[in-house]
This record gives sequence, C-alpha cells and structure tokens, in this order.
Amino acid sequence: MASEPIIRLRGVTKVYGTGPTAFQALRGVDLDIEQGDFVAVMGPSGSGKSTTMNILGCLDVPTEGEFLFRGHHIERLDRDQRALLRRKYLGFVFQGFNLLSRTSALENVELPLLYRGEARAARRDQAMAALDKVGLKDWWDHSPAELSGGQQQRVAIARAIVTHPDVLLADEPTGNLDSERSVEIMELLTDLNQTSGITVLMVTHEPDMAAFARTIVNFKDGLVESVDTRHRQGERVRAH
Amino acid sequence: MLGTTFVLALRSIRRHLLRSFLTILGIVIGVGAVVTMVTLGNATTAAVQKQIASLGTNILQVRPGQGFGRGGGGPRPPEFKPEDVEAIEKQVTGVTAVAPQAQTSVTAIYNGNNWSTTINGTTDAYFQVQPWPLQAGRTFNAPEEEAGKAVCIIGGTVSTNLFKGADPIGKRFRVGDVSCDVIGLLTIKGQAGFGGDQDDVVIMPIKAVQRRFTGSRDVRLMLVGVDQAYETSQVQASLTSLLRERRNLGPGEEDNFNIFDTKQISDTLTGTTTLLTGIVTAVAAISLVVGGIGIMNIMLVSVTERTREIGIRLAIGAVAREVLLQFLVEAIVLSCLGGLVGLIIAQIAIVAIAPVMQVDFVFYPGINLIAFAISAVIGVVFGYFPARRAAALNPIDALRHE
Repeated sequence: MASEPIIRLRGVTKVYGTGPTAFQALRGVDLDIEQGDFVAVMGPSGSGKSTTMNILGCLDVPTEGEFLFRGHHIERLDRDQRALLRRKYLGFVFQGFNLLSRTSALENVELPLLYRGEARAARRDQAMAALDKVGLKDWWDHSPAELSGGQQQRVAIARAIVTHPDVLLADEPTGNLDSERSVEIMELLTDLNQTSGITVLMVTHEPDMAAFARTIVNFKDGLVESVDTRHRQGERVRAH
Repeated sequence: MLGTTFVLALRSIRRHLLRSFLTILGIVIGVGAVVTMVTLGNATTAAVQKQIASLGTNILQVRPGQGFGRGGGGPRPPEFKPEDVEAIEKQVTGVTAVAPQAQTSVTAIYNGNNWSTTINGTTDAYFQVQPWPLQAGRTFNAPEEEAGKAVCIIGGTVSTNLFKGADPIGKRFRVGDVSCDVIGLLTIKGQAGFGGDQDDVVIMPIKAVQRRFTGSRDVRLMLVGVDQAYETSQVQASLTSLLRERRNLGPGEEDNFNIFDTKQISDTLTGTTTLLTGIVTAVAAISLVVGGIGIMNIMLVSVTERTREIGIRLAIGAVAREVLLQFLVEAIVLSCLGGLVGLIIAQIAIVAIAPVMQVDFVFYPGINLIAFAISAVIGVVFGYFPARRAAALNPIDALRHE
C-alpha cells in the first residue's frame, strides 16, 4: 500500500437501542478503502452492510471505534459538521433514485450547489456539465415523472457528482432497474471512477453488478467476512 | 444562506401551487375581512361625522313633542310661537341666534317644469346658526322678513330640476299659488343620512310661509345657535326651564318639547359605529388566527408528506438550520402572499361595497400595514413548529420513509 487509505474503519461497533432489546449491528469492523477504488459491498440482509454504509456516508455515527476520513478522526462530529462533510466530500445515489418530484432534472442536479451557495449562473453551468456527463444534457427540463427509471438514476448520479465529491456512495443503484439499464448505470459508474477518480462505494445484492467493482467486501453477522481485491496490474487508477 | 433558502422556498411553493393556494386561503380571507371591516367602519364613522357637521355643530334643535321619536297618543303638544323665539333670543344666555322654521310640502313650477319640494320658512338667523353659504345671490333683508315678501333662496336640487342649468337668480317661479322671486342659491350640501336630500328645499321668510301656506303663526322647529364659549348642556338647561315656564308646565309634568344637541347625537352615533366596527373587526381577527392555524396544519402535513424530500436534502448536505429556515421561510412567504392577496381583495371589496353603504372609498395605510404585518407574524409563529419538526428529522429514517 503506497498511500494512506481515504477511509479507515477500526473496531467500529454499532448498537441500536439499549438494555435487553439492544441490537448489535456491527461487532467491530475494520476496513480500509483506497482512494480511487471501486468497492462493492455485499452480504445478506442484517449483515451490517447498510449500517456500515450509513456510517461511511456520515449519516450515522459508530457506537465505538474509529472512523478516519483522509486521516482525520470524524467519528465524534456532530450533526451539522457531518452535514457539511457530506456537502463537501460525498455524493449519494439511492436505490429509489430519490429525486424531487415536479422538479426539472436541472433543478434536481443544482440542489447540492444551492446548499454550497453557488451563484445562479455557476449552478446552471455546473449542473448542465454534470447532466452532460451522464448523457442527459437534452433532458434538463424534464421532471422525474417524464423520465425512465434508468434516466432518473442518471439524473441522481449527476446530482451526486455535480459537486466533484471524493466518494460516491451508491445504495443498490440498480435495484430498481432491468438488467440492460443496470449495465448502463454500472458502465457509467465505472467510467466516473476511472476518468474522474471518484472513489465509489456500492452496496449490491447482485454478483453481476459487483463484478464491475475492483474490490468486493463481504459482510456477515456484523463483521467484514472477506475483502476480495482483484489486483490487475496497471489498471488501478490513482488520484492525482 | 438566506438567499438560497428563499430560492428553495419559492421553488417549493411553485411546485405545489394548489396546495399553496389552499394554505393561504385562510390568511387571504382573514386579512381581507379585517381590512374591509376596519376600512368600511372608519369610512362610516367619517361619513356620519360629516353628515352631523353638515347639520352644524353647537346647535340645539327644539321641537314640540313628548319623548324621543314618540308619535301619536294623547293630545298634540302646542306648537311654538314667534314670541318663544324672541324670548329665547333675549332671555337665554349663550344663545347666538334662534332660527324658527315652518315647513310644508309644495309643488314648484317654472316654465312648465314641475317639482315637488319642501318649503322652509325661516329668518336670516338660519344662516347664522349653521354654516350653509350661498353659491350666488343674497339672503333675506329685514324689510323682506318683516313684510313676509315672496322671495326665496333655493337649494341645488330645486335649481337643477326647475331651471335646468340656467341661472335662477332673479327668476320668478310659482310655489303652490304664490309667485316667488329667487334671490339666492345655496351651495350643494349633499345627501344626509337622515332627512334625505338637504338640497331639495325652497327657503322663504317665515312670515311669508305662515301667511300664504300654513295659515298659522306656528313655528314647527327652532334651531338655537350656541356660543362657542358656553357649555351646550348649560344653555340647554336654561332653555328647558324657560320653555317649561312659557308652556305652563307644572313641576310634576313631563316636557312637551324635545331638545336635541347635534353634538350629542354626533358623539352617540360615532360611538355606536366605532363599537360596531370593533365587534366586526374582532370577529374578522378571529378568522385571521384560524387562517394561521390553517397554515400550520398544511405545513405539518407538508412536512410529513415531504419527509423523503427532507431526507434527500439532509443527505446531500443541508444542515438542520437550513431545513428549518426553508420551511419557516416557506410559511412566511406563504402567509405574506396570503396577506398581500387579502389586501388586494379587501380593496376590491371596499370599492364594491362603499357605494352601497353610501360612504367614500378611503385607503387607510395604517390598517393595511398592520394586517400585512400580522400575516407575516402568523407565518413565523405557525410556521416555526412544523419547520422545527422537519429540521429534527433523522436523514436515514427520512430517506427510508415511504
């Protein structure tokens, strides 16, 4: 390992509830994710993969353990600090697309820029560029209801990458799509990973989709069961 | 950040036009009702005061009769005589002038134009006790009054209907069987709320009216002018005792005449309209509060309905304060919008209703500003609770919300 991992989890536990009804979702997860990697997170329901993703996405905090992002301890950040971290470094893609209804593709993509306080013209330019990247430049004024599932997910990806995040977190991004659309989305994510150097973390149930990733992390019973890194010499893209 | 929030709030309102409209409906009606009621109430009060002022202030109206507005029953109380007028002028301190009046209905004819009007016999004092300037011509002189000459001063309505725009001064026309010279034209006084058209009148020396029309020396009504330096109540008291004495009323007997103080009538009527305005405004204000609760209701529903949207916003990096502000600004923008629409509707309603109520359209900036400010405050107060609820949502749960 030449460089410091962008994400490092050490002994992360997560307990929901207290007393006899307490449920231990994570039992001490250790995980390193390299910058520029494409990681598929797999595992059965209740294995802790969603909890881990929530923690990695700064939506939740670990009960115990360390979470380092670019070498900084962030396991004890408060709500607003985590929100600002998400705003600056993270992008989210969800299974259910989660676009704002009755809102044009452009305005959906603009949303994170609004929270960044970008000026109107800059917002528009950057949002259009992001839409162009996902191949939906000509669909900017369509609302989600006027777009197909695959197109909606592309808009969601454009929204996630419009701020040039370090990490893209995708929660079963192809879960609601047919296999053809799924492959298109995976190719888009692979392309973004390789050309923009975005670190992609993706939860998936489908081995076909996981095959696009470079690293596959398997969860079981609140622990990392295995990390399968397919080193293909010369192909690894590192961030500059 | 506030600019961003504002953009977000406006976008959200635009996305849900129907819901936004329904949300503000309560405020629209509340503000509209309050502004309409207060404006019309003020206009009515102003109109009443104007009408009273046109009757003249510091005037005591003296009529024969028993009790206020009581008609019929018992023997008719005696009319006043010219001697009463003289006695009041001479014996009551604080009286500037006494104008006796004797009235009857007549048909006036000029050049084939017929007009039914009232003939009012009085003296020159009539123009001293109340402010009613002439537009042209002159009032009676002493010889004309003494002799009871058939000269007259006419009101605007009579002039218009008999002379059709021609200058009436110096013209001779017929009133009943009497030929009469026009020596003066009164300025237009306008409609009075009580007593009808004040300009529909022919004024003649009282002696002429008594001799040629009523056939008696009766005085139906006296207008007693009170010196500004004296208390009207005091003058009224000495006037009462003088008249009781002259009408031979014993200590136990009721007055068989009435004295109205125009100022007192004015105060009473103004008080009444103010009270009524207050009551109606209070009812309207309640509707404003109900409108505010309506906003809170819809905003709460909106927060629940938009849980997922809030989740998305939080996930992509909105801090709690921004979500709170967005919903708060949304509520404030909505209620201000409601206030604005309410104000516009109020103006339209006032323009429509004012002529029916025979009052002038007046724009009172104060009440409009206050109503608008209240609508903004309602936005803050009733928007805060739902906004806080939205901001407190957990992004993970919110995203999972169906």
